Amino acid sequence: MLPRLVLRLQPSALALYGAPVIALIFTLAFGYVLFASIGRDPLAALHAYFIAPVNSTFGLSELLLTALPLALIGLGLAVGFRANIWNIGAEGQLLLGAIGGGSVALALWGEGVPGTFILVCLTGAITGMAWAAIPAFLRIRFNANEILTSLMLIYVADQLLGYLVHGPLKNPQGFGFPESRLFSAEAQMPLLWDGTRLHVGWLLLPVAAVGIWLFLSHTLAGFRMRVGGDAEPAAAYAGFSRPGMIWLSFLLTGGLAGLVGAMEVAGPVGQLLPTISPGYGFAAIIVAFLGRLTPLGVVLAAHLLALILIGGENVQMLGVPSSVAQLFQGVLLVALLASDVLVRFRVVWSTPARRAA
Amino acid sequence: MTPAAAAAPLADAAPRLRVTGVRKQYPGCLANDDVSLTVQPGEILALLGENGAGKSTLVKVIYGLVTPDAGTIEIDGTPATLASPAAARAAGIGVVFQHFSLFHSMTVAENIALGLDTPEGRRDLPARIRAIGERYGLAVDPDRVVGELSVGEQQRVEIVRVLLQDPKVLIFDEPTSVLTPQAIAGLFDTLRRLRAEGRAIVFISHKLEEIRALCDRATVLRGGRVVGTVPVAGASVNDLARMMIGQDMPPMGSDHAGRAGPVRLSVHALRLPSDTPHGTALDGLTLEARGGEILGIAGVAGNGQEELLAVLSGERPSPEADDVRIDGQAAGRLPPGARRKLGLGFVPGERLGRGAVPPMNLAENGFLTAHWRLPLTSRGFIRARDRAAFADRVIGAFKVATRSRATAAQALSGGNLQRFIVGREILSEPSALVVAYPTWGVDVAAVAAIHAALVDLRDRGAAVVVLSEDLDELLSLSDRVAVLYAGRLSAPIPRADCTPERLGLLMSGATPLDAVTEAAHAA
Amino acid sequence: MEESLWVAILIAAMRTATPLILAALGELIVEKAGCVNLGVEGMMLVGAVTGFAVGLTTGNFALAFVVAAVAGAVLSMVYAALVLIFQVNQYAAGLSLTILGGGVSAFWGQPWQGQNMTGLQPTVIPGLSDLPVIGTVFSRTDIVTWAALAACVAVALVLTRTRAGLILRAVGENHDSAHALGYSVRGVRTLAIAFGGAMAGMGGAYLSCVMTPLWIEGMTAGRGWIAVALVVFATWKPARVVLGAWLFGAVSVMQIHGQAMGLAVSSHILAMLPYLVTILVLVLISRDATRIRLAAPGSLGKPFKPA
Repeated sequence: MLPRLVLRLQPSALALYGAPVIALIFTLAFGYVLFASIGRDPLAALHAYFIAPVNSTFGLSELLLTALPLALIGLGLAVGFRANIWNIGAEGQLLLGAIGGGSVALALWGEGVPGTFILVCLTGAITGMAWAAIPAFLRIRFNANEILTSLMLIYVADQLLGYLVHGPLKNPQGFGFPESRLFSAEAQMPLLWDGTRLHVGWLLLPVAAVGIWLFLSHTLAGFRMRVGGDAEPAAAYAGFSRPGMIWLSFLLTGGLAGLVGAMEVAGPVGQLLPTISPGYGFAAIIVAFLGRLTPLGVVLAAHLLALILIGGENVQMLGVPSSVAQLFQGVLLVALLASDVLVRFRVVWSTPARRAA
Repeated sequence: MTPAAAAAPLADAAPRLRVTGVRKQYPGCLANDDVSLTVQPGEILALLGENGAGKSTLVKVIYGLVTPDAGTIEIDGTPATLASPAAARAAGIGVVFQHFSLFHSMTVAENIALGLDTPEGRRDLPARIRAIGERYGLAVDPDRVVGELSVGEQQRVEIVRVLLQDPKVLIFDEPTSVLTPQAIAGLFDTLRRLRAEGRAIVFISHKLEEIRALCDRATVLRGGRVVGTVPVAGASVNDLARMMIGQDMPPMGSDHAGRAGPVRLSVHALRLPSDTPHGTALDGLTLEARGGEILGIAGVAGNGQEELLAVLSGERPSPEADDVRIDGQAAGRLPPGARRKLGLGFVPGERLGRGAVPPMNLAENGFLTAHWRLPLTSRGFIRARDRAAFADRVIGAFKVATRSRATAAQALSGGNLQRFIVGREILSEPSALVVAYPTWGVDVAAVAAIHAALVDLRDRGAAVVVLSEDLDELLSLSDRVAVLYAGRLSAPIPRADCTPERLGLLMSGATPLDAVTEAAHAA
Repeated sequence: MEESLWVAILIAAMRTATPLILAALGELIVEKAGCVNLGVEGMMLVGAVTGFAVGLTTGNFALAFVVAAVAGAVLSMVYAALVLIFQVNQYAAGLSLTILGGGVSAFWGQPWQGQNMTGLQPTVIPGLSDLPVIGTVFSRTDIVTWAALAACVAVALVLTRTRAGLILRAVGENHDSAHALGYSVRGVRTLAIAFGGAMAGMGGAYLSCVMTPLWIEGMTAGRGWIAVALVVFATWKPARVVLGAWLFGAVSVMQIHGQAMGLAVSSHILAMLPYLVTILVLVLISRDATRIRLAAPGSLGKPFKPA
């Protein structure tokens, strides 16, 4: 008996939504074996990883706070990935949003302008878009691979942030530490939930999710993106402009990532630091795939990924390195991609007929 | 006429190739069901059948590419286990594929070396390629890059590769579909020479006249089963047709001439370099299609077909706006959508993946191009109900066999999908419709339906441009035929003045004047 | 004084180029077989951490490179399985490999995080080292740097002069034709991907055992991606991989020698240079789309679905 893959003529809806569940179960099983292999009680470790962090209202608020950047970037990526446009540089666009938003916050430091935080967010979104516009332009004008250019720009953005917090934006009273001043109160995101760090930026999440859903499933422009991803020659034949799709997906993701960056520095971080993001831009790639490139799925997946990030911090108490979170992300993505085979193929167990000779 | 060796295949000797009881089940389709046939040494057997009758599957089984569910193969009376193409080649079987198994960026010698299994076979390769070429009239230069060769030359490379293994059994899968009538005659000479050497040849085709001109016997496949095997000498074209499709041939093409009206689609002296590797530049191409006529465009593949189609559809804008006109309006620099708004319809050659989005359903695939001309959106939002109604209209009017409009395009058979795509374009009410390879790989019933729809559109005053490699189709359907060669289009010839010989000469690059005199000579 | 600075820059550039040459040659073979593996960064990281671990515990650098090659090849099999069996989009599969490799190396390398060791030392060839300039170069470069150049020659010869190379190119050029002729497309690609993984693993080991003999999470800093870009820059020709890698080496070295050369620019700005140069070079080479399409293997990035 050998398994054979047979192409499904209609993609399976059950498998489409079942694949993430299979991937999650596989990842948990992997975690069980991993914790056992390093001499920890696997159930206790899994509890400490996945349950304990969200066992309190504060823990829950932290989950929502961590899921917000993942979900917003993931929503943008979902639109691009649907069209087979690979913006891998969301992390860099996030950093530029932090730099842009943070610069506004620092420029208006101590000026007491009410609502500065709105300006911070807007500037962040615009600088993020501008950064994302670079690979889009290079792709359209010079045919340069957007994966490589957007990725290279992450490292450039990282160095740019390092330069700024070591130099021009360094806190003059900061004893030489590479960090900016703490933003003044008007530049900080107002809190949504007292006693937690959850801020008003969270309100943007449902708006963005519904907006992207409407866009993808009910508008002509969204339809074009889907055609562009499913069959690029068909999109060209039907007259759907590829440059238009590239611009749209890069500016959308860049804007959302930039907004996220600004909200991070104006929210939980409160200043510019050399390191701002624990890899939200990369984790959001997993979020987009895990969420099946659908808005609701992305929002759910963002919370799962947020739990993986938070849990990694939590298990340090058990002497497990926090980098286990990165490992789980990798395993989850690989398992998901492998499970996806069930969406497009049926597995048939068959004994190949020995040729009667 | 036929060489002595081939005159009387010995019926009682062990056949060169015997296929017995081959069965192959694919999901949702029994491709081969108890298929048996024999070929004698020095015999050409026609394997005849419609598109989808199971011919290609049988070839793959014989060549070891597909493992059958049941069945046996014998060579010279000895059972052969053909688990791989290498095993099939070792057993003496060679196949010339319809879509050549060639590597375009490599040289002829490299391509041929890839088809040879033993190191001895690869020694002195260039010299042996030349020797085989001389012996069988298949001259090819071993050092040339395959992508730069014409389609006919590429076929020669494929045949030389097979002959270098000195096969006992040769299978040719639709070898004539890419050739000019003159090149077909040359190929037939080669095949007869091979037959005279005592080789067994399987010749796959659905062109009945060719089979009558070349083959000794015909085995007919229908729906994966052998309908019968008959000597070709005693069978008429109609007999073979009835065996092949199970009924009389439905009327194809157009039974009456169109009435030419104003120019609806034109290209003027267009020069444009190709943007693909090994492509052909358009070299001063002029085209004029009038309302109420079907303009056929003949030509051997690789003479600028892809480039011309891209220029007409708007996927490749031309340098000047005046280069392409639709209903008199300059459209050369317009993208595809704007051209559709001016009245252009377009059916591409590649159905699944270009003409239709494979995983999307028929409602979405109808909307794909129809939304440019019909009110299926408002303010950027899709009107789902109108979109569904349009798809239902196409399915109904063009008898698309499908469960519903919610079926994915990739679940439709080739013929049904083509009905849907042609229907979608026609119901968008174009004033000029360009159709590429309208019936390639389509079943006979669908061919008849598609031809009738194109004729009907023409009679309602639209210009129809049909680009095809099938001369019979063009000669039965078109009011005028022009020939594409090396990026240039000949002046169109009225159907009454068209003969396969005359078009064939133009297809191989003769000037129109040569073509007339040569054809007159032949007559 | 002047001369010794230039020699120092030359040597540093050659050393900086070595991991890029190794990884890019591996990726070149993978792409010649028709697959784009964007997981080079992940495979380099896994190679770096395993190479460092073996080098630190045994002091045997030959063994370190072998183990790193095996580790890279093993990780690459995840990509091979995803692409060749599970029919996953090649870009997505490669990305997942980068993320997985980052996770595996960070988790497994935790005990050695931030540690350093005495790395592989240059091989001193008696007599040769006494020559001016050339002698200095030889006495201050290690054997792997030269092995990488030899590997480039070997890859070029295999591709153009051997039957194995012909079959590899055939599979990458048109996988349907290769399949129709009876070649195992999956088999050839699996071997190519494993080779790519091994080379990336050794490239990583060079970083952690020779160039900067220490282990830090994510120490490849995008070199895997630069290696992928190098293959495009080289238009799939091995010799140009070396040229490109030296160019990047030279640019990266500006970081270290920038001050000595009198550049009064922040080190952060100088550190951007290799990435900016990568972008610039990609733009220059990709501008001519037809040329890229002619040079690229015909089946590159396309899924292989035998009927």
